[in-house]
Amino acid sequence: MRARVLVRPKAGILDPQGQAVERALPALGFEGVRNVHVGRMIELDVEDPGRLPEMCERLLTNPLIEDWEIEEAEVEETEVEDAEVEETEVDGAEIEEGEIEEPEIGGEG
Amino acid sequence: MKFGVVRFPGSCDDIDALQASTRVGDAVLLWHADHDLQGVDAVIVPGGFSYGDYLRAGAIARFAPVMAEVEEFAREGGLVLGICNGFQVLCEAHLLPGALLPNVSLKFVFRQVELEVVRARGPFTGACDRGQPLSIPVKHTTGRYYAPDDQLDRLEAAGQVLLRYAPGHNPNGSLRDIAGVRNAAGNVFGLMPHPEHAVDPLGGSVDGLRIFESMRAHVEQHVLA
Repeated sequence: MRARVLVRPKAGILDPQGQAVERALPALGFEGVRNVHVGRMIELDVEDPGRLPEMCERLLTNPLIEDWEIEEAEVEETEVEDAEVEETEVDGAEIEEGEIEEPEIGGEG
Repeated sequence: MKFGVVRFPGSCDDIDALQASTRVGDAVLLWHADHDLQGVDAVIVPGGFSYGDYLRAGAIARFAPVMAEVEEFAREGGLVLGICNGFQVLCEAHLLPGALLPNVSLKFVFRQVELEVVRARGPFTGACDRGQPLSIPVKHTTGRYYAPDDQLDRLEAAGQVLLRYAPGHNPNGSLRDIAGVRNAAGNVFGLMPHPEHAVDPLGGSVDGLRIFESMRAHVEQHVLA
């Protein structure tokens, strides 16, 4: 089963991210928006969906500060289960300058 | 007295914690993947970004192999100090109450803050005076201490809040200005400020040494005696 775990901040806990988004929307002309909360969505394929609640309690969320909810997601038919890895040229000379990917730098304090 | 400083992939204050510890005793690094505490008398879980802080700060580090030993060590009464990311790890591991949330400002804060010693007794603040101001830096994005209201009441009543931000110095929106809490048994302590960065006059303050000196005094009087 493909599952989606929706994680949201527990009601009553100050959610400055939600507040920032709520303040930003009217500035773009989107009036009448209230109670904005920002959470996370974790998508995963699981063999035993019955174990999802335990996964949520032990790792995927911190139940002291977050609520979670599991929903089943549809798997698109065109999707191949084990996506074939595209073969790439190993010869360094074949790689053009523009194709070299810079490593992502960043992070959170 | 031998301190052990845990090093996870992504730790970045491990060396400072090690250096600070050597000012009051011996110190060794403990590797995250080893089930071995090398016979240390106290464990420090340092600051940084353990395992990239993916998912939630500390959420993955708490399941590191060495953490099984740290939890066992804590259950047996061993001293465990969590600094910044280490505090987050200990909360995730349920060795400490509460959780750390993103700063109210949603910004990274890096500044010297004034702390008040709420309780100048026990293994972590025994070398301080009650109400003593400590000047120690903070540097974090996820440092807002949170616990439900009734739990905060119980923590305060039980004397588990050891450090508070002085009025006007709360850098992250922590509830009740809490900067550091200990567990019920008193042998595990976590704080967001970095005492290991305040141990040399060159850094502007040596107040952080009080924490390390408190730990040494406790171990010498109660463990090694």
